[in-house]
Amino acid sequence: MRADVILPGALVALFPGAATHLSVEAETVEDMLRELDRRWPGMRDRLRDERPSIRKHINIFVDGKRATLDTALRENSRVYVLTAMSGG
Amino acid sequence: MAKKVVLLIGTKKGAFILESSEKRKTWKLRGPFCDAWPINHMVADPESGKIYAGGGNEWFGPAVWQSDDQGKTWSHSSDGLAYDEGQDPVKSVWALSRSNGCLFAGVEPAGLFRSDDKGKTWTHIEGLQKHPSRKDWMPGGGGLILHTVIPHPDDSDRIWVAVSTGGMFHTSDGGKTWEPRNMGVRNDYLPEDQKYAETGQCVHSVVMAPGNPDLMYQQNHCGMYRSDDGGKKWESIEEGLPSSFGFPSAIHPRDPKTVYLIPLNGDVLGRYVPDAKAAVWRTKDGGKTWKAQRKGLPQKNVFFGVLRQAMATDTLKPHGLYFGTNTGAIFASADEGKSWECIAEHLPTISSVETLVMKG
Repeated sequence: MRADVILPGALVALFPGAATHLSVEAETVEDMLRELDRRWPGMRDRLRDERPSIRKHINIFVDGKRATLDTALRENSRVYVLTAMSGG
Repeated sequence: MAKKVVLLIGTKKGAFILESSEKRKTWKLRGPFCDAWPINHMVADPESGKIYAGGGNEWFGPAVWQSDDQGKTWSHSSDGLAYDEGQDPVKSVWALSRSNGCLFAGVEPAGLFRSDDKGKTWTHIEGLQKHPSRKDWMPGGGGLILHTVIPHPDDSDRIWVAVSTGGMFHTSDGGKTWEPRNMGVRNDYLPEDQKYAETGQCVHSVVMAPGNPDLMYQQNHCGMYRSDDGGKKWESIEEGLPSSFGFPSAIHPRDPKTVYLIPLNGDVLGRYVPDAKAAVWRTKDGGKTWKAQRKGLPQKNVFFGVLRQAMATDTLKPHGLYFGTNTGAIFASADEGKSWECIAEHLPTISSVETLVMKG
């Protein structure tokens, strides 16, 4: 499935050359993270931990609904990767 | 050959660098670096000048940042800096240490990792997790953190680590097996019959004496200690100090009997400097006697503390001594603590101070 993915600026800033808007071929959120890591090594570790799970203060929305690593993507799904409220 | 002194400053909101000539009279501040991530500790290779910064970001997890050009550009990696699937994830890097071509990282939740390729990839030293006391380690105020890593200067198989609160441990086989090194260290926050337990102590910081790896000094949550046998037995050296509580410790770069501490007013009284007056306390006889060094430090209405990794010496003669406060100020002495000057203020909360002396 080809999904439109929007990444947060704070993440993109960590990976020189990374884009905020991109198109990714993936079946699930986990697949999508694997593809991001292939393009920019290390990016998956920034978004997913070893439980395994999406990091506690990262939200991923697929077509408007909060997703997990197992969430399936559809053709033309819109995926937002967001930094959640955190910090002080 | 002229030299320059570089202070590596980890803060709750980024890394900073202070630089001076070897006179250490005027300082120039640069930063924040590392995208303003919380940086708990920094170290540098004095030969190449390469700088490492360890920390963790609430959003993006743990990483070790590195710079080959004195902070102008940075990269980061956490490749391998993770436990096995299903375990509590690594949140943050708390301590870095270099030795024998290897880089070590202590992390939260408490564990030890090593890198043999200058921080590009990491391997978990799993043996520490297998110690029978692991299930009983409890998080301290800063979390369940492995905050102190002291490799033996000559024997790469020997490493000491300290965990809050699990105590101090030592390996002599490169990390396969570990034994506690806490005998004689008090646990004031445990029942009477467990005050000298084998593990569970809240170590705050440990320094190894120059030229004598068996001689160590420890600032604990519950007292100050000295060991002459690599931590097998500890004896109290807190008599003569204004408090049994504090966080950082630093040691003279050449004299194994000269140690510096910053006692605070106690763990339940705000953790400020005692009597609201700043002082670095020095022993020159291995802990038998102590003297306050105050000249140039604020002596009225002082309500700061100094965190566990936020004091360091440099290697010049006379050596410099530096500490950073939880209120964002850096104090420096170019004469072994006899006189002090504030060289930076209004920084974020300072987690760590380390030094680098290199060709200038």
